[in-house]
Amino acid sequence: MESLNLLRLIPLIPLLGTALNIFFGTRLGRRNAGCLACVAVGLSFLLSLWVFWRLPAAGSFGDTLFTWIESGSFKAQISFQVDALSAVMLLVISGIGLLIHIYSLGYMGHDEGMVRYFAYLNLFIFFMLVLVMADNLLLLFVGWEGVGLCSYLLIGFWYQDHTNTIAGNKAFVVNRIGDFGFLLGILLLVWELGSQGVWGIDFPALKGSAHLLRPEKVTLITLLLFVGAAGKSAQIPLYVWLPDAMQGPTPVSALIHAATMVTAGVYMTARLHFLFSLAPATLAVIAAIGALTALFAATVALAQNDIKRVLAYSTVSQLGYMFLAVGVGAFAAAIFHLFTHAFFKACLFLGAGSVIHGLQGEQDMRKMGGLRGYLPTTYWTYLIAALAISGAPLTAGFFSKDQILWQAYAGPNGSGWLWLSAWITAGLTAFYMFRQFFMVFHGKCRVAEHARAHIHESPHVMTVPLVLLAIGAIFAGWLGPPEFIWGSAWDHWLGPLFAVPKAIHEEPVGQEIFFMLVTLGIAGAGFYLAYLSYCRGATFPERISSWAGGIPYQWLLNKYYIDEIYNLLLVRPFTQVSTWLAQIFDLAIIDGIVNGVAERVRGSSLFWRRLQSGNIQHYLLGFLTGTVVILAYYLYL
Amino acid sequence: MVPLNYYLVLSAIIFAIGVTGVIIRRNIIVILMSIELMLNAVNLTFIAFSRSLGSMDGQVIVFFVMTVAAAEAVVGLAIIISVFRHRQTLDPREMQLLKW
Repeated sequence: MESLNLLRLIPLIPLLGTALNIFFGTRLGRRNAGCLACVAVGLSFLLSLWVFWRLPAAGSFGDTLFTWIESGSFKAQISFQVDALSAVMLLVISGIGLLIHIYSLGYMGHDEGMVRYFAYLNLFIFFMLVLVMADNLLLLFVGWEGVGLCSYLLIGFWYQDHTNTIAGNKAFVVNRIGDFGFLLGILLLVWELGSQGVWGIDFPALKGSAHLLRPEKVTLITLLLFVGAAGKSAQIPLYVWLPDAMQGPTPVSALIHAATMVTAGVYMTARLHFLFSLAPATLAVIAAIGALTALFAATVALAQNDIKRVLAYSTVSQLGYMFLAVGVGAFAAAIFHLFTHAFFKACLFLGAGSVIHGLQGEQDMRKMGGLRGYLPTTYWTYLIAALAISGAPLTAGFFSKDQILWQAYAGPNGSGWLWLSAWITAGLTAFYMFRQFFMVFHGKCRVAEHARAHIHESPHVMTVPLVLLAIGAIFAGWLGPPEFIWGSAWDHWLGPLFAVPKAIHEEPVGQEIFFMLVTLGIAGAGFYLAYLSYCRGATFPERISSWAGGIPYQWLLNKYYIDEIYNLLLVRPFTQVSTWLAQIFDLAIIDGIVNGVAERVRGSSLFWRRLQSGNIQHYLLGFLTGTVVILAYYLYL
Repeated sequence: MVPLNYYLVLSAIIFAIGVTGVIIRRNIIVILMSIELMLNAVNLTFIAFSRSLGSMDGQVIVFFVMTVAAAEAVVGLAIIISVFRHRQTLDPREMQLLKW
């Protein structure tokens, strides 16, 4: 590891931006505060680029600030490191973060709380960079909690509306459940390694001593860590907060709830791949949950009518893909999909934001339609991103998703079932994305007459980031095409880190091409079906939605009633127990004990206080008695 | 020569009279005088032991006790006069404002 003291500046500059905006933001004015935030992230991005450029192959940079905790042999440092994986994450976070900051200048331009918004956004970038640059688990956990806090603050940004604060609370509470598992995992790991005499928690030390752990302990530790990942990255059963998180401003959804924070779980599993690789049982669980989440969320997305909610479920689904890849041991493929997904999903969210901005806050797709002429730049960028997420040939999503599907089948832990569910998900993805696309941009304009005159394309400050992201959505994938096209620069870059097994490349190339075509086939079918239904006006959506009395459709529309089930099974019993504890147990029993003791003391005092008669001769008699008793004790006993 | 025990018995009797006086008398000046009686009973004991042991320590302490007793009488009588001016009584049973 090479020492490079510049590393600390990458996260600290956005932190400085936050501090300046908090203390002087209102004096600077909204516009300047926003520009300050953009400059801070821009500097981080430039530094990240420079570090990326300088990074030696298979090497890493390190920067230690100071020792944080030292207790006996245990030592934790505030220390940053950048290796191939961190460098990729740095570029994604600061690069896409920069674009979204710039976009926010336009989107939030008229908002009263703009200064506060940019302070939060910079703080988020700081914590996210700490998360990916941390060289030990504890510092990673600090960043992990910090991004959760910023997510909470930004979901409830428009706090005047009660539903927003409730959504923020929900995100925070669900994340806490995950974080609790994560923390338990870290503690168990430290404990177990400590009992083997290893007291380090920095990643090289963990990597060097992971083999000392007993297999069942590794399984338990990784499962606990995965609970944390499932919370942060919205996997079954802890995904419920992410769709509600869409209450926040749209750029926040793009940055935090699509491109960066929710991928922290994937990053963490990739960072600790040496642990997860030792626990095949955990990997099997992760793969199953990932595949299930991908399929499940994609089906829910089919029936949603809120433009951001479709994208939210789509994000959950794509995160499921990433965990599927992690589960089959294809860490590089998971990070690759994370990388490409950041581009096209940020582009989709910002496009949706542009639509919402143009329609003065309308989010219901049933009240859109025919916006192609009104919002040309948004239209084209949205089309590109939708193609990318659907896996159209030569776009970013095509390569990354194809790699995951191929690994799900042919990878070391792959199986036909995993592949099948991922394959169906690919078809569903294409269908719901183009359902949304056609509902929003094609067909008849269903915007209310009086609002139609106000529809306008967003300013350049918003469209330029869209165009840049759309370009990324096409070309980001060309870094990692399969072996038989021109070989994957991606695997070359990350391969040494994950020690990619060579065996998978021995499969016949013909089979891989066949699978690619099959995937393209179902994606094309999904696209064509959406085209027929929502552009050509075929009637079978109505027929399907009314099939079997409309019950399946109602299920999907209401997200399988999962929120209601959680409310019934978990939230309501919990609040009932809490209410009982607060109103019965606390009032009657706890307060009863305290008040009862006080009442008894008071009652006995009423009697005993008569000893204090005020008559000095009584007291003297008391002295005398006491003296006699003491003397008698010493003389006769 | 009078044996030590005689002095001690006399001292105990005087002390007991003093204690009884403090506890049962209804005049606060008499109570104060009873306290003096108790102090002097103790003084007598000191002197007796001093003589019997051939040591001067007891006699030195007696001087201290007498000083303290004089100071105590001064302060005590001043308080009593002050109280009497307010309440026109010397009965301790009438002086019980400091109670529950």
